[in-house]
Amino acid sequence: MIDLEKAPALVRRAVDALDQSFSGDGAPAPFADLRQKARSSFEKLGIPTPRDEAWKYTDLRAALKPEYQLPEAGTVDAASVDALAIEGLDAARVVLVNGHFDAILSNVTALPEAVEVGSLREAALSGNDVVGEYFGRYTDVEVDAFAALNASFDLDGLFLSVPRGVAVETPIHVVHVVTASGPTFVQTRHLIAVGEAAQATVVETYHIQGDAPTFRNDLTEIVAGQSANVEHVRIQDEGDEANGVSRVQTYQERDSNVGTLVFTFASGTVRNNIAMVPAGQGGQSTLGGLYICRGAQHVDTSTLVDHVAPGCESNELFKGIVYDRSTGVFNGKVFVRREGQQTNAYQQSQGVVLSPDAHHYSKPELEIYADDVKCSHGSTTGAVEPEHIFYLRSRGVSEADARAMLLYAFAHDVVEMVSSEALRDHLDARIAERLR
Amino acid sequence: MALLSIQNLHASVEDHEILKGLSLDVHPGEVHAIMGPNGSGKSTLAGVLAGRDDYEITDGSVTFDGEDLLEMDPEERTREGLFLAFQYPVELPGVSTHQFLRTAVNSVREHRGEPEMSVSDFIKLMREKAAFVNLDPKLTQRAVNEGFSGGEKKRAEIFQMAMLDPRVAILDETDSGLDIDALRIVSEGVNKLRAEDRAFVLITHYQRLLNYIRPDKVHVLLGGRIVRSGGPELAEELEAKGYDWLVQETGTPVAA
Repeated sequence: MIDLEKAPALVRRAVDALDQSFSGDGAPAPFADLRQKARSSFEKLGIPTPRDEAWKYTDLRAALKPEYQLPEAGTVDAASVDALAIEGLDAARVVLVNGHFDAILSNVTALPEAVEVGSLREAALSGNDVVGEYFGRYTDVEVDAFAALNASFDLDGLFLSVPRGVAVETPIHVVHVVTASGPTFVQTRHLIAVGEAAQATVVETYHIQGDAPTFRNDLTEIVAGQSANVEHVRIQDEGDEANGVSRVQTYQERDSNVGTLVFTFASGTVRNNIAMVPAGQGGQSTLGGLYICRGAQHVDTSTLVDHVAPGCESNELFKGIVYDRSTGVFNGKVFVRREGQQTNAYQQSQGVVLSPDAHHYSKPELEIYADDVKCSHGSTTGAVEPEHIFYLRSRGVSEADARAMLLYAFAHDVVEMVSSEALRDHLDARIAERLR
Repeated sequence: MALLSIQNLHASVEDHEILKGLSLDVHPGEVHAIMGPNGSGKSTLAGVLAGRDDYEITDGSVTFDGEDLLEMDPEERTREGLFLAFQYPVELPGVSTHQFLRTAVNSVREHRGEPEMSVSDFIKLMREKAAFVNLDPKLTQRAVNEGFSGGEKKRAEIFQMAMLDPRVAILDETDSGLDIDALRIVSEGVNKLRAEDRAFVLITHYQRLLNYIRPDKVHVLLGGRIVRSGGPELAEELEAKGYDWLVQETGTPVAA
């Protein structure tokens, strides 16, 4: 049981907010129940420490130290949001300022009319059916303290509901902006529900105006109907005082195809949890990530693919490049239940360590209860091959360029998983900068 | 003056001396063949000249156009005009041949005080040089050497050599593992690159490469030293008699 008196400021404030959200926000009863459950789970679980097996390599104490405040409502001028657009990406825009949907800065007119897109908070308060059906349905707050913490309806975030048969070809760019001048704790929550044979692409970028430390606790739920296609890409690049924990939780009906990719460049201590459930035959789950860490950066990725149904496929590729004193962690679990016959599950994790003080830990876990499955995993951690560098140098390329060329090639594999060319170009350019 | 001058070169790996006083002068326009059995020091010589750091130079000197070659980084040697075709070219998954060679060509050009090559000129040059060695231009669209056959890799080395336009090219057992057709194509590529201001050093175990590329001088490497030098007829003699007679005659064991 967590001792709230001694807990970090962030936790006290979050619990306060959780308490307040019980009174008078008009949320219908199921949400009040969910919150009650979340609050008691959180108090039971407390903040994880390296003594918990799942947090063995990640100690949040330093990241939780600042006196984080919940953010005030903030505003951002339109020009500075325009500047955050991704060049060449013709996208609809959803802007979240300090975690809250900003209707004026957002522009979703390019999306088909049948698509519901906007504030999750408003959708919930208006009694939206899709929210009622899926909110919190597939996220187990009893095992994840941060997911439990992320349960207040004071929270806001993206609500996207794409009805049956609608293919949204315009990607939706979710622009997160934090305007804080002091240490700030931001939570967002997304619900993305893509109906039968429908399609959507969501790209998220994160930005801080100011130089105060932040701690994010984000939860994204993606529910894909039969034969739906969902692509979800996040780019974490806020600066080295941006800490946080995120969870992406998917649930997929048969023949659906969901991919979630996360690129982490400049950050502080970050933990990304990704849990995917291909729950109907023919489902495909793709998970990918790239982290390029410098300084004292710490990026921990924890994935779970839960094969509960027969004939599904999962593909997982995570790559890390760690410089200086930074740390990369990958923990990937593939769980194939007895019902998961004819599962194909592939997992690859590769780390390149470029300094004696940098660390990369990789731990694949396979737990298989079905007998007719194809599962493979590979995990490598190492340096850049000296023979490869020598080959390039022997053709006149400088050592620094040779190293950058090889690392770029290493990183580019993950970029290849992104379907939008404009987004790939954007990522490639950022990677090239980051490797310099 | 010799373009490449090796004097009394001694080199060791982990305190084990491999080259024991090797001397060789290479002038512009010449083609030298260095022949020797396994273990005689051929790969060490190639490695030392290219600038591998696995070797310790304990004595002697190497100059390239009058400059101390051993003081130069590997990339500097290449920019000065020395090229080594690898015995075992590495595959570099994900590294685009196009991008890599453009960086390489422009590094050499910058060193020579020439302007950066435009993309269209570069593509033209790539096409022209690929045709030189019958290299399928499609291969230049791929990652460096990735999935190339043995013969394609060796041809790609000669292609890269042509792109970088060196003054001295060292071919480290480029003939090894090639069938006769591949050997002929690679040799033709080399012959087309022969020029008055360019020299070649062919390091090889076998005489058959010399049926296609006629050397001006043939040297036999035994026990880390050149024990005999001559014209092309020396290679034929070696082909007929093997290396043993030289081991006997010179009293030099094959390896140190």
